[in-house]
Amino acid sequence: MQARFISIGKLGQSRRILALLWLAMAAWPFISPNDYVLSLGIYFLINLILVASLNLIMGWTGQVSLAHAGFYGLGAYVSGVLSVRLGISPWWGTAAAALVVGAAAYLIGLATLRLRGPYLSMGTLGFSGILSVLFVELVPLTGGPNGLSGITPYALFGIDLDTPARFFWLAWGVTAVVMWLLLNLYLSAQGRALRAIEGSEIGANTLGVHTLAYKVVAFTLSAALAGLAGALYAHFNLFASPETFGFGTSVLLVVMVALGGSGLYWGPFFGAVIFTAVPELLRKFQDVELLVFGMCMIAVLLFFPGGIASLIGHRSPPKPRTAPADHSAPPPSQSAQEHGDGAAGSR
Amino acid sequence: MAELLQLLISGLSTGSIYALVALGFTIIFKSTGALNFAQGEWVMLGGMTAATLFAAGVPLLVSLLIAVVVAVLMGLLSQRLVVGQLRKPSAMSITIITVAIAICTKSLVMLILGKNPAGLPPFSGEGALRIAGGVVESQALWIIGVAAVMMAASTYFFGHTVLGKALRAAAAQPEAAALVGISPQLSMSLSFMFAAGTAALAGVIVTPLTLTSFDHGTILGFKAFCAAMLGGLGSLTGAMVGGLLLGVAESLAGGKLSSHFKDAVAFVVLLLVLVKWPNGLLGRGQIEKV
Repeated sequence: MQARFISIGKLGQSRRILALLWLAMAAWPFISPNDYVLSLGIYFLINLILVASLNLIMGWTGQVSLAHAGFYGLGAYVSGVLSVRLGISPWWGTAAAALVVGAAAYLIGLATLRLRGPYLSMGTLGFSGILSVLFVELVPLTGGPNGLSGITPYALFGIDLDTPARFFWLAWGVTAVVMWLLLNLYLSAQGRALRAIEGSEIGANTLGVHTLAYKVVAFTLSAALAGLAGALYAHFNLFASPETFGFGTSVLLVVMVALGGSGLYWGPFFGAVIFTAVPELLRKFQDVELLVFGMCMIAVLLFFPGGIASLIGHRSPPKPRTAPADHSAPPPSQSAQEHGDGAAGSR
Repeated sequence: MAELLQLLISGLSTGSIYALVALGFTIIFKSTGALNFAQGEWVMLGGMTAATLFAAGVPLLVSLLIAVVVAVLMGLLSQRLVVGQLRKPSAMSITIITVAIAICTKSLVMLILGKNPAGLPPFSGEGALRIAGGVVESQALWIIGVAAVMMAASTYFFGHTVLGKALRAAAAQPEAAALVGISPQLSMSLSFMFAAGTAALAGVIVTPLTLTSFDHGTILGFKAFCAAMLGGLGSLTGAMVGGLLLGVAESLAGGKLSSHFKDAVAFVVLLLVLVKWPNGLLGRGQIEKV
């Protein structure tokens, strides 16, 4: 009873923060000096859906997907190919993208989420490899290594959304709806059940959570959102190239979730900022920046293991973890000593 | 028949490389529970160091040894300065920090050794061998030979020497191992050094065939993950068998089916194996105590 009361209070507060944030973001087109900065804002919104979708499966349920860039790419290619080769409206293409990607993820999830352990990582690793090959080799459909060009933009009431100034409001609206729904899910009973799986899958199971069903649905939803982000990307960029969706990007997305704050609702906001800004910085100074980025990453992970979002108020409930229960992976080396020394100080 | 033999040997040589890299990957997985994303970068580090030294006039064997030593030091530093410093190490946090180590290693190599691809000469001079009508690169045989020796040595090391058994004990039960006097910190360091060393060795012996450059590591690491998973995560023999199988499957698929889709074939095999035997071909299920 009490827990429920608290979560409703949090819901109200988080909704207000989210609404204020979105109002503030509406100023972006007016303060952007040029289309380049404006389009960075659009990429941030698309990346936010992408990182938040990965956070849904990785942060909430603790299952790492190594194919999210692949899902993102599959979404982009499904919608892009439908529009370029068959002339189907981008709106239908976007729906098809989310459906196809969700269906693919459903099958992978059914096969790999039955067991506890890193099986989803393995299955998605293989799937991501297959997708990368298909993007490059299905030349008649995808354009191969040269990429898919000539994707049509969205059109609304006869106006093409082909400039950043017009597209911004679509991305702004779609991302608002997605983040609003994710916030509701995060604080609902179902969301808590998902997050219980991350804490202890067996524990969640004994409390009546059908963990397989929850994990499969969460993974399907997560992939479908990544597909949606991919379709938005394709119809904004009007070009899709296979390199964007490789294994390296998938790994980078996992890192963004962790840097932002894995499992925290606000984590992906920080992750998406980094994911949008870093490639732009790297493009300017290619050599040293990569090293600086790697060092910063180590620093954040060492000093703020909960991610950037854990620094600001909104924390997930502290997880009481004792050494033996910390599942299959034995906690390496000093954790045992630290546990003894630091327990009094840290709790 | 001759073509089949040729495909088989080239598959075995690629497979030996995958197996060596997967070996180190498995050792780190066993001792930390984490997927080590830096594994492929250590392969590249070994190849690039040896190639740069050789180009500067250092004899081949000496460059090979120095390259392995450099990688071993890199493994030690990664463990001591980064992974060992995590306040609450978990499989997830170690996995993610190895991505950071991979990025740093890659950019350091790029800054210090340059961006150009580098190569080494084949160990026993240029030239191909004719075996039963098929043509085989002599370096392929070197790769298979060195990898076989390395695999036999590590099987012996982990199965029959005190140090090897101590490392396995520390990986299986750190607290219990510490009670009987095995330092968990030291054995973690040794695991990282061993993993980096085998990776670098693989990098040096494959360089004469494929050349190497700072961005070659990621894809090799990716293939080694697949190999380790195919064989069964956490099983040393599994890593070796998985590596060899993956190499042969790729080579046969490339030769007999379609060179464009050979990578996809390998991944389809991986997915099918995982659906049928989720623990891999030789892995044992992890028993989780509540």
